[in-house]
Amino acid sequence: MVKFLPLKQAVAENLNNGDTVAFEGFTHLIPTAAAHEAIRQGFRDLTLIRMTPDLIYDQMIGMGMAKKIVFSYVGNPGVGLLRRARDAIENGFPRSIEVEEHSHAGMANAYEAGAAGLPCAVFRGYRGAGLAAVNPNIKSVTCPFTGEVLAAVPSIRPDVTFIHAQKADKKGNVLVEGIIGIQKEAVLAAKRAVVTVEEVADNFDDLHPNLTVLPRWTIAAISVVPGGSHPSYAHGYYARDNAAYLEWDEIAADREKFQAWMQANVIEKSAGDFAGRVEHLRKAA
Amino acid sequence: MSGTGFTPNEMMTIAASRALKNDDVCFVGIGAPSAACNVARLTHAPDITLIYESGTIGTAPDVLPLSIGDGELCETAVTTVAVPEMFRYWLQGGRISIGFLGAAQLDKFGNINTTVIGDYFHPKTRLPGGGGAPEIATSSKEIYITMAQTKRGMVEKIDFFTSFGHGEGGDHRKRLGIDTSGPTLLITDLAIWKPDPVTKEFTVVSLHPGVTRQQVQESCGWVVKFAEALDETPAPSELELNTLRDLQARTRAAHEGTGKAKAA
Repeated sequence: MVKFLPLKQAVAENLNNGDTVAFEGFTHLIPTAAAHEAIRQGFRDLTLIRMTPDLIYDQMIGMGMAKKIVFSYVGNPGVGLLRRARDAIENGFPRSIEVEEHSHAGMANAYEAGAAGLPCAVFRGYRGAGLAAVNPNIKSVTCPFTGEVLAAVPSIRPDVTFIHAQKADKKGNVLVEGIIGIQKEAVLAAKRAVVTVEEVADNFDDLHPNLTVLPRWTIAAISVVPGGSHPSYAHGYYARDNAAYLEWDEIAADREKFQAWMQANVIEKSAGDFAGRVEHLRKAA
Repeated sequence: MSGTGFTPNEMMTIAASRALKNDDVCFVGIGAPSAACNVARLTHAPDITLIYESGTIGTAPDVLPLSIGDGELCETAVTTVAVPEMFRYWLQGGRISIGFLGAAQLDKFGNINTTVIGDYFHPKTRLPGGGGAPEIATSSKEIYITMAQTKRGMVEKIDFFTSFGHGEGGDHRKRLGIDTSGPTLLITDLAIWKPDPVTKEFTVVSLHPGVTRQQVQESCGWVVKFAEALDETPAPSELELNTLRDLQARTRAAHEGTGKAKAA
């Protein structure tokens, strides 16, 4: 049953060295605070899964925590390349990492299959594309009814998934709205799920029943971390800090600058610092 | 291009916007495609349906998004769906008329590389990769491509097939069981290109104002074919140019704004 825990404890109880872990969020609601807590606790040999690895995976890869990444777009959206990830892939710095690359459609279908308890996902994908030749986890199956050859990829089943969401109620049910991305599937595909939220509401009695709610019994732990997805955003709470994404390109371009930034902004900080980071991004009520 | 009042990039974006129709349902890539699609929406195609892969359907942003998931895309959308639904029902389901893509490397058959420069396992440069593009390229009814011409970008042989265009040309798509049309239009900063009906090789059909055949060839890595009846692309109208410039000014202000507030 779900537990409300301080983030430090929620991460320590649910993440282990060597785990396969997804910190998901499709440009929106990225669980930055949870990733920073994992960095502070210094986990090693992680297999990091995410459709759009983004800044937090650049940071974890740069800190040498990843042995493998599974992804479909290893960029800083609208800005360019993820420079720490590139350094690991191109130069093996700070360590070499194994790469498993898919398309968005492949990853989305694989998460959905994981949530559905299926061993693999079947879809019309990768036709004519080079990825099928370099990723042994992209295979094909023939439809038994029509004979059409379709792509097949193994389902994604993380040991633990971290997401950020708008709010939980006091029982631990979680509301996600706006661009909902792949978060619901990533939670339901995982053995354990940890959710950071902006706030806790007494109850969800006023919510429309079609909103995306993850029932409390699908979640292991909830931590209240206002601002916890900065520089990403939380729809209805604060805007995306586009300037921070632009700045990251410069910080990550240099190994020493990166280390200094991580020391000052992650290692020496705590989850409580996130609220202050989004203050200027909150919309006038 | 001084004296004519617009830049090659502005001409490219505006020429690309003109290709879009009011009833198109367009899967929009970030960058030049996003600018072109929104100029179309703000000028001749007010009802065009713009879809970004974050799941926003029928979005109408006031400024260009930095990422495919900026908040404004959701706030102005007709509806926003989960990513698996986006790719399964809407793209794979055949609901997209135009997939609008950019390219790091492009060959004359419209095959696109945004994955690596060099060998895949030992890349010279690791690029972001395909994201939604591998399936956009095969499930959208047609593909439009836009990019600024350079010899490094437009090459005889791409290093990696991120998205399949016409393969080796001819009926290669059909032989792979792909029943969509693939790349039907390429708009660069110098010219408009269409595939030859038989060989599928991109052929220049229109030169932008003031551009010469030689300029097109000098900034392209393959031997360029030109149509027999070569058009000149109409220069941007005042409305088109003002719409694009206003959009870009609003976008710059919005993206810088957060940085300034943060420093304050």
